[in-house]
Amino acid sequence: MLRKSKFTHFLVFMAPALTLIMIFVVYPSIATISGSFRTEDGKWTLKNYLEVFKSSELINFEGFSRGFPLGALIHNLIWIAIHLPLTTSLGLILAVILRRAKGGNLLKSFIFLGMVMPMIVGGVMVRFMFDGNIGVVNAFLRLFGIEGKTWTAYPETALFSLIFGSVWLWTGFSMILYSAGIETIPKDFYEAASLDGAGPVRIFFSITLPLLKPITIVVVTMTLLWELKIFDIVYVATMGGPGGSSNVLALQMYNYAFRELDMGKASVIAVILTGSTLLASIPLLKSASEVS
Amino acid sequence: MRGKSRITLNLLSWIIGLIWLIPFIGVFMTALRPLDELLHGWWNFESFHPTFSNFKSAWFHPTAPLSVGILNSLKVAIPSTVIPIILATMMGYYFSRYRFPFKRSMFILIIITITLPQQMIAIPIYKMLSATGLLDTYTGLILLHTSWGIPWITFFMRNFFTTIPISIEEAARLDGAGDITIFFRIALPLSLPAIGSAATLQFNWVWSDFFLALITVYSPDKLLATQRIPLMRGVYHVDWGLLSSAAITVMIVPIIVYVFLQKYYIKGMIGWATK
Repeated sequence: MLRKSKFTHFLVFMAPALTLIMIFVVYPSIATISGSFRTEDGKWTLKNYLEVFKSSELINFEGFSRGFPLGALIHNLIWIAIHLPLTTSLGLILAVILRRAKGGNLLKSFIFLGMVMPMIVGGVMVRFMFDGNIGVVNAFLRLFGIEGKTWTAYPETALFSLIFGSVWLWTGFSMILYSAGIETIPKDFYEAASLDGAGPVRIFFSITLPLLKPITIVVVTMTLLWELKIFDIVYVATMGGPGGSSNVLALQMYNYAFRELDMGKASVIAVILTGSTLLASIPLLKSASEVS
Repeated sequence: MRGKSRITLNLLSWIIGLIWLIPFIGVFMTALRPLDELLHGWWNFESFHPTFSNFKSAWFHPTAPLSVGILNSLKVAIPSTVIPIILATMMGYYFSRYRFPFKRSMFILIIITITLPQQMIAIPIYKMLSATGLLDTYTGLILLHTSWGIPWITFFMRNFFTTIPISIEEAARLDGAGDITIFFRIALPLSLPAIGSAATLQFNWVWSDFFLALITVYSPDKLLATQRIPLMRGVYHVDWGLLSSAAITVMIVPIIVYVFLQKYYIKGMIGWATK
């Protein structure tokens, strides 16, 4: 039975934290929404939205026939389309395989390292992997007699390099969550299934996978949020280049605000970005609204 | 499992694990070896003369010394871990134990603030900090990290407290203890493992932060460790020896935290994400 709160309880337990959130998170978010609808002199307008949607920075329609850049929003969507299925399935496969392997926990730590380091360092590592001279990707290709290039320096490969590099960084996340999820599945389920003559593949698809559905929802939500907010990696590895071909929403917001000093357009991008993160967190919000 | 498939599984696992490790080994080798040895690739060991000169140049860099950056990052990360942990633990406890008006809306508000991108608050906080003279100060940045950390720690701690039976606290109440005493004497000690997890993650996330520092701290001597990495890149060509050693130096702190507090770290990651 929950206690009824007295005002002193509110003052002691909640007021200090709530005040900080209100001042430094809630108020600024509202100010950004309001700023996206205002001109520089503070008059209400839709001009910022029209300008951003017409600009090639958000969606570059010409790019669809000519090639990169396609615009920050499209780049984020491509990021999701490649990175989300790859990291989710790889993480699950690794969780299943490494559980039984000798030294599996050590190997998991290797893979999880990408999650532990600052993403600005992650960006350096990704840039390093795809470097023309000392990159490991080219070293690997050279084994097959293929002479590579600095993959991040060309419009048609820059974005893909960053995306595949970020798969390397992020797979540890889904792997760790799935590993924990698998441990919670009762052993009898597996024993019963193998007594009935089910093979490992059958067991995976009819027991492991369905029981991991709640974990999958969390993995997908968190990964989506990460992909939408991606910034550091791009900033340090390519700065969105060459020619905007690896630009993303978060970086475009920064460029509008702190390089072009156009606060209206920057706020619009921030609002679009937040709109998409809210969409991605619907499952999270649903479970939160069941709180008593 | 039969012997043959067991060997295949182990072999496959180790191949994958080592592939994952190669970029780390590469960066490490690049940082440790002089430039002329890197021309034929860091994987070429015809001549091998490891040296710490790259680490020294990054540590004592003329324009962006990492030694100062590491110290600055600690100055920011420690208070930005301690303060939100205290405040958010109390708020999380309040959510788990009390009925109050607008509770559900408040909780949804907390979840929304967890999912927000930092870009959403960037312009207004820049203006607020500059209006109050807190721009380019650690006080300002610590306030931001504290406020940014409170929502997720609150969520995390609330989920933890809901797993502790209220009956323990009710017994203390019968003995005449007040609510605030109950929190500090009973709930807080029980929650120390969860606090450990939250603190480990918050410390590493603040240490790893780049964006908030980028927009609020700009004096060369105040730049944090993560901010100094892009400055090491070089303008016309990438100085890989320097950049690699800087990257290793900056990631070593969160990795040490992870290695020593692995149990807390993983528990936090899982608990935070799955409740």
